[in-house]
Amino acid sequence: MKKYTDTGKKDTRSGFGDGLTELGKKNKDVVALCADLTGSLKMDEFKENHPERFFQVGIAEANMIGMAAGMTIGGKIPFTGTFANFSTGRVYDQIRQSVAYSGKNVKICASHAGLTLGEDGATHQILEDIGLMKMLPGMTVINTCDYNQTKAATIAIADFEGPVYLRFGRPKVANFTPADQNFQIGKAVQLQEGTDVTIVATGHLVWEALEAAKTLNENGVTADVINIHTIKPLDAEAIIKSVKKTGCVVTAEEHNFLGGLGESVARLLSTQHPAPQEFIATQDTFGESGTPEQLMDKYGLNAAAIVNAVTKVTARK
Amino acid sequence: MADYKALEDLVIQVRRDILRQVHKVNSGHPGGSLGCAEFFVALYNELMERNDDFTMDGKNEDLFFLSNGHISPVFYSVLARSGYFPVEELNTFRLLNSRLQGHPTTHEGLPGIRIASGSLGQGISASIGAALTKKLNKDTHLVYTLCGDGELQEGQNWEAIMYAAGNKVDNLIVSVDLNGQQIDGSTDHVLPMGNVKAKFEAFGWDVMDIEKGNDLKAIISGMKKAKEKTGNGKPVCVLLHTVMGNGVDFMMHTHAWHGKAPNDQQLEDALSQNPVTLGDY
Repeated sequence: MKKYTDTGKKDTRSGFGDGLTELGKKNKDVVALCADLTGSLKMDEFKENHPERFFQVGIAEANMIGMAAGMTIGGKIPFTGTFANFSTGRVYDQIRQSVAYSGKNVKICASHAGLTLGEDGATHQILEDIGLMKMLPGMTVINTCDYNQTKAATIAIADFEGPVYLRFGRPKVANFTPADQNFQIGKAVQLQEGTDVTIVATGHLVWEALEAAKTLNENGVTADVINIHTIKPLDAEAIIKSVKKTGCVVTAEEHNFLGGLGESVARLLSTQHPAPQEFIATQDTFGESGTPEQLMDKYGLNAAAIVNAVTKVTARK
Repeated sequence: MADYKALEDLVIQVRRDILRQVHKVNSGHPGGSLGCAEFFVALYNELMERNDDFTMDGKNEDLFFLSNGHISPVFYSVLARSGYFPVEELNTFRLLNSRLQGHPTTHEGLPGIRIASGSLGQGISASIGAALTKKLNKDTHLVYTLCGDGELQEGQNWEAIMYAAGNKVDNLIVSVDLNGQQIDGSTDHVLPMGNVKAKFEAFGWDVMDIEKGNDLKAIISGMKKAKEKTGNGKPVCVLLHTVMGNGVDFMMHTHAWHGKAPNDQQLEDALSQNPVTLGDY
């Protein structure tokens, strides 16, 4: 069993901020727009280093998305920054028409996704954004798992032509992927090898999947653990190859079970290799106030819940 | 000095193109299209500095964005007659597999279009973005935008209008097609917008009127004045007073033809008021 070490808890949004800082130095076409959340999105350094390429739009997200779409005309690569809720649901039609349908090279970078936003509660905790974004034709959807991966993804998407939704979070979480990783959009990362079950996880649930695999291993159950950082396009080959071997799957995400990673995996398997599946996700509900840890526990989004789901799904084989 | 006879002939031909496009597919928006025929002809023939080859990036040329995308028939006609694509393609308006979608889009690769529009209120934001990129690229050309007056009821416009003034986006000229009509009736009836000029001024724009928005001379001289106002720290707004349905007597001064196509007899009547000049497609 491979060992993964938390090199020190860090927030994924800082990975975005540091990635943007690096991009600012190496790609003069990168511009950044923010809707009054510069500190929260960790965009301060880019702003200080490149004031001429940083655009404070105020609390006006619809205009921000439209401006970003327009800025691509003439060759700029705009990165927009606000919370996930205000990056998607609030501006869905602007993204749909001005970015996705128009095929604009805009990078929609969304922090504070999911329950782990915490105490601000349900008005700010979006659990529907992956679904909203993956339904848009041509939109690439990425949900990174830790600081290092978020930084690598931020840098990688600048070189990718086309609209991207990059989703990350607020709290400090385990940082365990390599600092020098080669982030490949659409390519799953196999973290553990096993034969009894496939665990497909995204975002903050990837670390929980690794913790679950440890517990399972102690009980004699071995798991394939796959980090799906890119939900669309989905790495079908990696998932099918694994499920052919294990015969069942647990999907894990900080998102509603409707519209999320789990649904994408279910669609894939039902058409190509039907297999029992359990979903670790919120159950068609809004969130609420609480600490991130309390919320993930209450809504069943942690290692213990994954272990239980594995027990259920392996019994259904 | 503009050749006004040639421009007038083009306006009449554009009216015919508009009417024939919407008649053929029994759908589309003739009223607003007719009301802006003179504006589009003036813009593409006398006002904008344009490169011969269309590129999406549009570097080193003026750009135009249509925010009220439903007046696509006039946009398509003028683009075709300005050489962006063959005029015969106007025959495919709103047909399956056409590049001339009901509302303009980049999706089918039609030259001349740089962003999709149709869902209202998004064009000023995109234009500001394009204008800012021009500044970053040290490109001194201008960005022109047209939006409808009813469209200003969409809130995003006012986010954009606030941004442009607050950030001195002064390489931008937004024209408002002030025809006072929208689908459900007059703008005063549907949602009174009060004093549009005072609103733009209060937001910090340099605002001017073109009272005769269907008069080529007035449009050209007015827009040249608007151009002179650019580069002075303020975005420029032109209130273009037009008549919806202009050039076809039974379509004028009413919202009835906002989104309705003429039948065979009505088409014949409308075309007889605008006899062929340059030749139909």
